[in-house]
Amino acid sequence: MSYLINSNEILQTIEMIDQQHLDVRTVTMGVNLLDCADRDMAVCCSRIYDKICRKAEHLVSTAGEIEREFGIPIVNKRVSVTPVSLVAAACSDMDYTPVALTLDRAAKTLGIDFIGGFSALAHKGLTESDRRLIDSIPRALTETDLVCASVNVASTRAGINMDAVARMGQVIRETADIDPIGCAKLVVFANAVEDNPFMAGAFHGIGEPECVINVGVSGPGVVAHALKACKGQPFDIVAETIKRTAFKITRMGQLVAQEASHRLKVPFGVVDLSLAPTPARGDSVAEILEIMGLEICGTHGTTAALALLNDAVKKGGVMASSHVGGLSGAFIPVSEDSGMIAAAEVGALCLDKLEAMTCVCSVGLDMIAVPGDTEASTISAIIADEAAIGIVNNKTTAVRLIPAKGKQVGERIDFGGLLGSAPIMPLHTGSSAEFIERGGRIPAPLHSLRN
Amino acid sequence: MKAIVSVFARDSKGITAYVTSLLAQNEINILDISQTLMQEYFAMIMLVDLADCPLPFDKLAELLKEKGAERSLDIHIQRQDIFEAMHRI
Repeated sequence: MSYLINSNEILQTIEMIDQQHLDVRTVTMGVNLLDCADRDMAVCCSRIYDKICRKAEHLVSTAGEIEREFGIPIVNKRVSVTPVSLVAAACSDMDYTPVALTLDRAAKTLGIDFIGGFSALAHKGLTESDRRLIDSIPRALTETDLVCASVNVASTRAGINMDAVARMGQVIRETADIDPIGCAKLVVFANAVEDNPFMAGAFHGIGEPECVINVGVSGPGVVAHALKACKGQPFDIVAETIKRTAFKITRMGQLVAQEASHRLKVPFGVVDLSLAPTPARGDSVAEILEIMGLEICGTHGTTAALALLNDAVKKGGVMASSHVGGLSGAFIPVSEDSGMIAAAEVGALCLDKLEAMTCVCSVGLDMIAVPGDTEASTISAIIADEAAIGIVNNKTTAVRLIPAKGKQVGERIDFGGLLGSAPIMPLHTGSSAEFIERGGRIPAPLHSLRN
Repeated sequence: MKAIVSVFARDSKGITAYVTSLLAQNEINILDISQTLMQEYFAMIMLVDLADCPLPFDKLAELLKEKGAERSLDIHIQRQDIFEAMHRI
């Protein structure tokens, strides 16, 4: 095809990358580990290490080549694997920490940023292996640097597994009591997806092929910049502007995904259309909501603004990619978003408002620091609330809470790097202990019966 | 392979001559060229063909960056596909 220079297009792209933080947030390779199973944990671990290192050998170098040729930053290179509770089920060992150590070692050999899949799918019930994996999480997350864990405790089809919810509250407390940073690598899901490229919740689902490339795009800064030009315009214009911007961002992600897939000779899975903020100024989802006309994120109108943003991002992105999947929507991780941090610090953004916001955007209560002495049953009850929103609204929700050891409301906790820092948020003081102690399963909602 | 070379700098004499001779030395053919002044800044964008360029893309990008820095020019080279993908259906 003939191509003549259109300076405006070229300058716009360069400006997006240089000044508006446009990047590919992650290229994530999913690797099936089911064939690594063995009764002997040592054999299983050795197979896991070899397979991951073989499949993802060129992931980092290839992403680097694409980055340099296209001039687009690829921030993270990651690997997701089959949920370890399935892979290690044949082993009789009670502690799965050696598998986590193996994943960590493989990740360091490859030079990737994170590896996800120390996971269990327990939305209807816990297998013996799920229990072992969940019991191993506190130690596994403390003794590794790059391993991420997730547990799916609810689904629209199965309801909420309240036994798993109760246990996960305890696991989050146990992990935080050793080191709160461990909790930044642990997500509790409802309706978890099998092809999510974003951490900490990425795992390689059992419906996925042997190996796959999923790409997560980002770009809150680009959307914010575009909206600044629409001051005072009606929402129709706002939505249209977001759609156009999301289209461009996603096309770039699709191109990178195709290139990575072609060069690595691994099938392309999905592009995840997400607006993932970073702590960098000008790369904030909260800022977008504020540009729409809210004095501060968290005030009245925030939920409506976020609903519009989330929907317009999907509508713009869906035509730009041949396969859209993963979580796809706006993320609201408090500690990773400078605008959210600022709003939480002055008390404008509270947990209840964040819960409402999760009804209309991607995922859920993410990277929220709570007092270090929060009861496990209170954490479980927060998980149950989010799971209820997920199963009733037929969407993915998740909880990533960080009980900040030894800290109280008003103080803050620093995680460093992309994880940012967060003020400790206040929680309701009424006990949920008796509610959580019941256990059992909250039945699936009526609309699960769709056949 | 086709690529876009973009040059940003404070305006001064001889920028175009300097950059185009750099490209010629590396067997790079210029297919289209556009330049503008934005306030006191000079912006030049070129569509180039790398078919005969003996250097691998990585090395070429490094060379342009280094040689650009010597004259206080900000020179980038990116594959053309990214602009086409982002802006054209």
